Amino acid sequence: MHIGTFTERPYAHLQENEIYRNASFFGVSNRHFDPKLGAELYHRYLDQNVAAEALGFDVIMLNEHHANPFTMGAVMDVEAAILAARTNRIKIALMGNPLPIADPLRLAEELAEIDMISRGRLVAGWVRGAGSEQIANNVNPAYNRERFNEAHDFIQQAWTRPGPWRYEGKHYHYRHVNPWARPYQQPVPECWIPGLVSPETVVWAAQHRYPYLALATFLEPTVEMWEMYADAAAKEGYQAGPENFGYLQKIVVAETEEKAQELGRNWLYGGGQPAFARPEWMFPSGYNSKAATARLAKAFTNPDTGDVALAAFTYSENMDIAAAKRSVEASYKGFQDSNQFIIGTPKSVLPKLRHVLEILRPGIFICWHIEGGSLSREDAMTSLRLLGTEVLPEMRKWAKELGLTSPDEVKPGPPPLPANGKRLPVTGNLSRAAQ
Amino acid sequence: MAVADLAAQEKQVQIGGATLKYLEAGNGPPLLVLHGELGFPGWTDFYTQLSKTRRLIVLLHPGFGVSDRIDWIMNIRELACFYARFLQEQKLAPIAVLGFSLGGWIAAEMAVNNSGLFTHMALVGAAGIRPPKGEIRDLFDRPTQHYIENSVFDPVGAPEFSKLYGGVSPEKQYEMWEDARAETARLAWAPYMYNPSLPYLLQGISGLPTLLVWGGEDKVVPASAGEVYANSIRGAKLEMFDKCGHLPEIEKKDELLARLLDFLAAK
Repeated sequence: MHIGTFTERPYAHLQENEIYRNASFFGVSNRHFDPKLGAELYHRYLDQNVAAEALGFDVIMLNEHHANPFTMGAVMDVEAAILAARTNRIKIALMGNPLPIADPLRLAEELAEIDMISRGRLVAGWVRGAGSEQIANNVNPAYNRERFNEAHDFIQQAWTRPGPWRYEGKHYHYRHVNPWARPYQQPVPECWIPGLVSPETVVWAAQHRYPYLALATFLEPTVEMWEMYADAAAKEGYQAGPENFGYLQKIVVAETEEKAQELGRNWLYGGGQPAFARPEWMFPSGYNSKAATARLAKAFTNPDTGDVALAAFTYSENMDIAAAKRSVEASYKGFQDSNQFIIGTPKSVLPKLRHVLEILRPGIFICWHIEGGSLSREDAMTSLRLLGTEVLPEMRKWAKELGLTSPDEVKPGPPPLPANGKRLPVTGNLSRAAQ
Repeated sequence: MAVADLAAQEKQVQIGGATLKYLEAGNGPPLLVLHGELGFPGWTDFYTQLSKTRRLIVLLHPGFGVSDRIDWIMNIRELACFYARFLQEQKLAPIAVLGFSLGGWIAAEMAVNNSGLFTHMALVGAAGIRPPKGEIRDLFDRPTQHYIENSVFDPVGAPEFSKLYGGVSPEKQYEMWEDARAETARLAWAPYMYNPSLPYLLQGISGLPTLLVWGGEDKVVPASAGEVYANSIRGAKLEMFDKCGHLPEIEKKDELLARLLDFLAAK
């Protein structure tokens, strides 16, 4: 199993009330951004990722969001290039580059450079980009899926087909494709697909034999989607296994339960992940398929849930910030009960981790390392160190015991279906739920 | 889609391998109606009155939830050319046209391409031109309801406003708006809701009677865009309604009807 680390790299100096007033991280004015503090934060996050290598992690995962204090990685490839030069062994996984907003030829060049600087440690990853990325980059959301598909296919060609050649597509046109930067990994860099279990993407990943990395999704829909992945894999003629699946898990550890609980609250900073962007920015017009829009129509117009099902709180001109904070605070225990947040000492988190591994059987496991809010550099480093020295060794033993093979151990896609042609299940029994 | 059903017929026609659906209702000389960016709102009082003396042909734009999306139509000018072909093949040209907002822009693009398609052109709060003062309201950065509330001067005082978008279940309505918004995004995302070449090309139109109607308090397409239309099209008349927003057909329906029928009656 590959075990990795990840943080959102937030702009952690923003007063929480600014986010609440806006009912969303996306859209808060950048007049609150102090570049001197920003410089310190970039160095803090880079240093932590370099330290992860020495602590025994296999993967540094980065991500990209735009115009948003939730994540400072608006140009993730720059951070990846720096880490490529400052590390020696660890994989650098870009989860992911939002294809529809990119210039695909430039992206092919950038990633080839990173792959060479790291001597083959790049894991490329492709995403459609959150709805807010389409707005912040002014890329037509109605062509999001088309642009994703076309850019993906173009980059594969740019990496593999000797140039120069001309390209005429629907959304992209190049008269001279001949990048003088080719991937170190031949023919193309390793690739995983991160996502929030949208069925269209899950099936697409299976068809391309790309491992699918579920981004801290609830266990039940994750199991459902991974079985759907395995169905699509069987149609392609192969048996999916742990090497096809990755999972991102929020986890924080400290020396004591009390300290861990105190740190864990930082995940609620500004309303937490559900406050990433308001629904109208998460799902701009045309961004979703017709089927997904029909599902949203149900969710949005249900008087019992309304927007609440999809966002931390609903925007209004006269936001009651205290009430919004209370409702966010009230969600803390529930997130722990559902394993969305795993919080404790290195010892007390183990059974919960074991449970997740038994149910999901991932070959890639990324620890979503806490950041943001009032978390100090020291507390963040302690948590990372305890994970590396006390939790990772146990997980490695279990990975062996449970047969959780990484994509380096078993290449995704080759394993054939069983002789009877019926695929095997890829997840554990959710109802067993023994903790 | 709301309000009383007007014994309208839904028809469809094949054009260049695509299916275009449209509604027909009323009696009298034909009038082509081009709806706005949120789809055809249904047979409001305005249309009911108008249908007494005009045969209304309401094109249901491709991709807006009724007519299928046409993949190769990627901007308003291409849609305008497609509609020109519809008029010619159905032997409907020359015909009078009435366009609202995005539909007004489509009509203007058709006219610059071939002003002989039309006998009269009436544009209401038409998009298509970058207003020299103000900005065209963004359909995409707030929920649809917010856009609609900003489409009228006085949401409370306009009697039909509250029932305008209430005729189907909220769930269905959400899907219809999303269809309309998605296709509007496809056609008009950037530059948003205008074509920089349009004012220049409008100057080439001659001999086409043109009526421009604007709400003086239009918060969707600012009235300054109407002035550019008026200055660009030879002989065009700009009619401003006080205390009126982007939907005169809702807020000033009697005035609009009277003005429009006068205009259509004149040679």
